[in-house]
Amino acid sequence: MTLMHKFFGAAAALALTAGAAAAEPALIFDLGGKFDKSFNEAAFAGAQKWAEETGESFREIELQSEAQREQALRRFAESGANPVVMAGFAFGSALEEVAADYPDTKFVIIDMVTPGDNVRSVVFNEHEGSYLVGMMAAQKSASGVVGFVGGMDIPLIRKFACGYVQGVKAVNPDATVIQNMTGTTPAAWGDPVKGGELTKAQIAQGADVVYHAAGGTGVGVLQAAADAGIYGIGVDSNQNYMFPGHVLTSMLKRVDNAVYEAFKDGPELATGFQVMGIANGGIGYAMDEFNADLVTDEMKASVDEAAAKIASGELLVHDYMADSACPVE
Amino acid sequence: MDKMPRWADVFLIPLISLLLAAGLSALVILAIGENPWAALKMMVSGALGSTYGWGYTLYYTTNFIFTGLAVSVAYHARMFNIGGEGQAMLGGLGVALACLYLPLPHWLIALPVAAAAAAIFGAAWALIPGYLQAKRGSHIVITTIMFNFIAAALLNYILVNLLRPQGSMDPATAKFPEATHLPTLHDLLAPLGIAFSKAAPANVTFLVGLLACFVVWLLLWRTKLGYEIRAFGHSEPAAVYAGINPVRITVIAMLISGGLAGLMAINNVMGEAERLVMNAVEGAGFIGIAVALMGRNHPAGVLIAALLFGFLYQGGAELALWTSIPRELIVVIQALVILFTGALDDMVRMPVERLFTRRKGEA
Repeated sequence: MTLMHKFFGAAAALALTAGAAAAEPALIFDLGGKFDKSFNEAAFAGAQKWAEETGESFREIELQSEAQREQALRRFAESGANPVVMAGFAFGSALEEVAADYPDTKFVIIDMVTPGDNVRSVVFNEHEGSYLVGMMAAQKSASGVVGFVGGMDIPLIRKFACGYVQGVKAVNPDATVIQNMTGTTPAAWGDPVKGGELTKAQIAQGADVVYHAAGGTGVGVLQAAADAGIYGIGVDSNQNYMFPGHVLTSMLKRVDNAVYEAFKDGPELATGFQVMGIANGGIGYAMDEFNADLVTDEMKASVDEAAAKIASGELLVHDYMADSACPVE
Repeated sequence: MDKMPRWADVFLIPLISLLLAAGLSALVILAIGENPWAALKMMVSGALGSTYGWGYTLYYTTNFIFTGLAVSVAYHARMFNIGGEGQAMLGGLGVALACLYLPLPHWLIALPVAAAAAAIFGAAWALIPGYLQAKRGSHIVITTIMFNFIAAALLNYILVNLLRPQGSMDPATAKFPEATHLPTLHDLLAPLGIAFSKAAPANVTFLVGLLACFVVWLLLWRTKLGYEIRAFGHSEPAAVYAGINPVRITVIAMLISGGLAGLMAINNVMGEAERLVMNAVEGAGFIGIAVALMGRNHPAGVLIAALLFGFLYQGGAELALWTSIPRELIVVIQALVILFTGALDDMVRMPVERLFTRRKGEA
């Protein structure tokens, strides 16, 4: 059987089964794109891991525009996909609309709390992880100036920024944190050129460690940092490998675990509100062979100590979204 | 010279163009290792095989009817309105403002009010390019295209800074009140005992679209204004000689065109999303150009062409969901159809015309 025949067979089989398929899980990526090396890619990695372990398949779609969200949700629910997982806060209002129409389908939304008996809302304590990498940035910085580049200017990203600043100030109260947001629309998740420009501007102001929470835009941030010979900090996925020696660490937001668990739980998954933080392994920072030489034992020890304190509740990192304000600048 | 029969002009040439586009698309699909026949079957079953599919096909069709009519009306005055996208965006703003801030107790009242707001906003957006064309000779193609970008930026600002509800992260307006929700085809057909998919977004606006087709036909071929628009389009000096004011006709034609494009918003903003999101138009303004070209700028033709593009859109969405054909290639297929039916029209027309005239000559 030639490769071509296989493709034909697969396409034909797909055509026959479409609409009448069994309860395959489905994953919808938001506008940054599936391969943003960050948020969406983490979601994809989780789904991929599930598929490899179980040998089963899942469905996926990448959104092209804001207006498609509801159709994508409905189409998957209509075809019997279960559970339907969506990566991104922006699905909130579309899901609210759709969830009630398909009471037998389970929906999982990441980064947003959406009401509904058949909805699992997974949110992350990004401020905790950002605090840890902020501590590391302050210890690594020689100039006392560090930078932050956010994607879309929304409370969720300010939550990253606020946690980061708290971490920086915990180590060095005199440090300066330069903050920039890439934009105010979802296009800000996929604009590496602008991310790079913002980073260069921050470097010109003396920043020597730059943390990004900007999805696909962050590729430009890390690139600019590496080009200038300073350090970047990755986000969501482990991005240490992208510019070895120039990515100090990555704030891990285990979106992959959230997707993996949702797929594993299958149509019977427990709904409700789920918080992933340092305490339950949903948030952390990345150490591997690419940044082993950059992080001293001392830095690691202090960060691990803080992580333990956060996990035990001894250290409370302020959550920007709790009161829409940040105690430090 | 003998002209070829009308049926050949209206049906045969678009059909040949379509077949050519389909053939080329099949080669594209084949080249990436998928089965074109299976893909076609999936498109047909996905777009027309269920009331759910029909619901989406008719929803897209409704969008394209409005933007197609918008392009047609301007075209009859020999103006190429490429700004349907921006005019429809602004129409969406009009709908959103009407639905959010006016007390509208029932959809029967909300529909005409929102439609008026949509048309006014869309027409206002077309007014400036129209005026610049009429008074200053600034080319309408350039100005309307630029106005698309201005509209996108303006909406961007308004949604992010002004209309986004407190505490919401998504740049979109609040949901419109319950009373302004338009009945879907499901609601309309249920009393008649016809079961229609509850999930599909096709709504009462489709009927408004059909009505708009009729009204535009009436306007263009049965009124004095329509006659003036067409006369102006055929020859400006002759129209001026006949006492038609070119400034007035240019501006009025653009106002009608912009209003029609704006009207699309009652379908996508009020009927489907029930709130204003970013990129709500989804390129329908540009598809309208292809629809008008293919429909020979006649409302009946626009209706049929809109249906075809509605099918392509919904079928394409199905392909993206169920096959590994990437979304980009589906856009390529849609573009091929536009290319052959719109831009390469003469490529088919000339040989066919020659065929017919030669036959006549022999007989």
